[in-house]
Amino acid sequence: MTEANSPPSSPSLVDSSGEALTVDQAIANLKHPDLSLRYYAAWWLGKFSEGDPQVVDALIAALEDEDDQTELGGYPLRRNAARALGKLGDRRAVLPLVRCLDCTDFYVQEAAAQSLGMLGDPVCVPDLLRFLEGGVAAALQVPGRPHLARPVEGVIEALEALDARDAVPLVRPFLDHPVERVACMAARAMYALTQEAPYGDRLVQALGCDDVKLRRIILMDLGTSGYLAGAEAIASASVESSFKIIALKSLLDNHFKRSQSVVLSEAACQVMALMDALL
Amino acid sequence: MTVTHSAQTMDLIQAVEQADSPERLVAAVRALVASQDEANIPTLIKVLGYNNPAAAVLAVDGLVAWGQRAIAPTLEQLDDYNYGARAYSFRALSAIADPQALDALLSAAATDFAPSVRRAAAKGLGQLRWSCLSSQERSARQTQTLQVLESLLQDSDWSIRYAAIVGLQGLMMPEAQPSADLREQIQAMFERLLATDGEGAVKARVLLAQRQLTAAWAADLDAATVEQG
Repeated sequence: MTEANSPPSSPSLVDSSGEALTVDQAIANLKHPDLSLRYYAAWWLGKFSEGDPQVVDALIAALEDEDDQTELGGYPLRRNAARALGKLGDRRAVLPLVRCLDCTDFYVQEAAAQSLGMLGDPVCVPDLLRFLEGGVAAALQVPGRPHLARPVEGVIEALEALDARDAVPLVRPFLDHPVERVACMAARAMYALTQEAPYGDRLVQALGCDDVKLRRIILMDLGTSGYLAGAEAIASASVESSFKIIALKSLLDNHFKRSQSVVLSEAACQVMALMDALL
Repeated sequence: MTVTHSAQTMDLIQAVEQADSPERLVAAVRALVASQDEANIPTLIKVLGYNNPAAAVLAVDGLVAWGQRAIAPTLEQLDDYNYGARAYSFRALSAIADPQALDALLSAAATDFAPSVRRAAAKGLGQLRWSCLSSQERSARQTQTLQVLESLLQDSDWSIRYAAIVGLQGLMMPEAQPSADLREQIQAMFERLLATDGEGAVKARVLLAQRQLTAAWAADLDAATVEQG
């Protein structure tokens, strides 16, 4: 639903050098001498391939790539492979991704956590919970780097997606994380896991912040959390209409998921009235 | 008298053009809208392109208050290079609801690349004051509108389909005076969506449209019965 022309959804997209790419070529490119082609192929497979077993095997192998390494010790190809595996939905990737949680690269850890959330296999929950032990103090900003000591935002998001109720006591302290983005992620997960209104209200309150980019993210948090009482706050937030419509739709989807069918409840009708007004 | 009036408007226009903070812009637009001088219309249209949602919403309200008189200048000043501004223009035209804007709404709904513009136009098509047209013209134009909205139901973007449903519902309300044939066609489209659409939000909007239409037509029938009695 972006305003720009969306890319074609068929896997006949050209590669970064303008050549048409097929699934077989992309798999082959994962071992190409040109490291940028490896990186691009992993992204492409996550976006455009259907995820047949061959693709998944090749991406799992790429999680152990040693060639593509940045000066700071990051593993760009592993990051993209981990992200792609989350999108492809094959649970054979779960254990290899769990191993990635111990990678020295923060961004590989984060991508692995998010993908584990998307794959929906609760077997990884204890491995994710480990990251929250030690609370906020163990997950503060790393001096001189643009990230925290631990990928707690991705981990909390994954625990929410996995509906891991056991995570509640470990997630709660992060409501007080000094990085507002992390605190909001914690509030979103706490609401999704407990259905207790104060956590939803925490997000509504956060919408009053001055940073428009953060407001857009919190809007999506509210939608994803499924906090129906936040619908009015979404509709009247100082953010572009397109974001509000997406957030309200996400609220509606969550509502239907919870009731396991598309029903015209009073709440659903109210959300749709707000969406109509934003068209 | 006229001179002083327009001099005052000139000042208000200048205040809008020279506003150097989002808050000042909003205040200046509010003052300009309140001036109720028709000379403010072109400036209100310009404000739609300033990327300030609060100011744009005020300007849309200001334009809507001018009704018919705002249609021609809004169409002339459509910003082909700024989809945000264009979306606000079509929200204004949709709210003015005059069939004079019909061709522009049809073309925006069918061909604009920006979803926000297409959504605003699709909704607007349903809420036009169709009763202003002669019955012959209304029937022909509603058929044309139906075709455009039907094509939007095929769009891969759920929000376009959602807006098309809102438009179709409007076209089927008693005040739009749709033919029986048109109503049947729309009902059939709704049933198809309920059977095939993959998005819960789209299906729910169809259910809501059906519920609201049933209530509106029942009320219409009651009113007609009372009149006859």
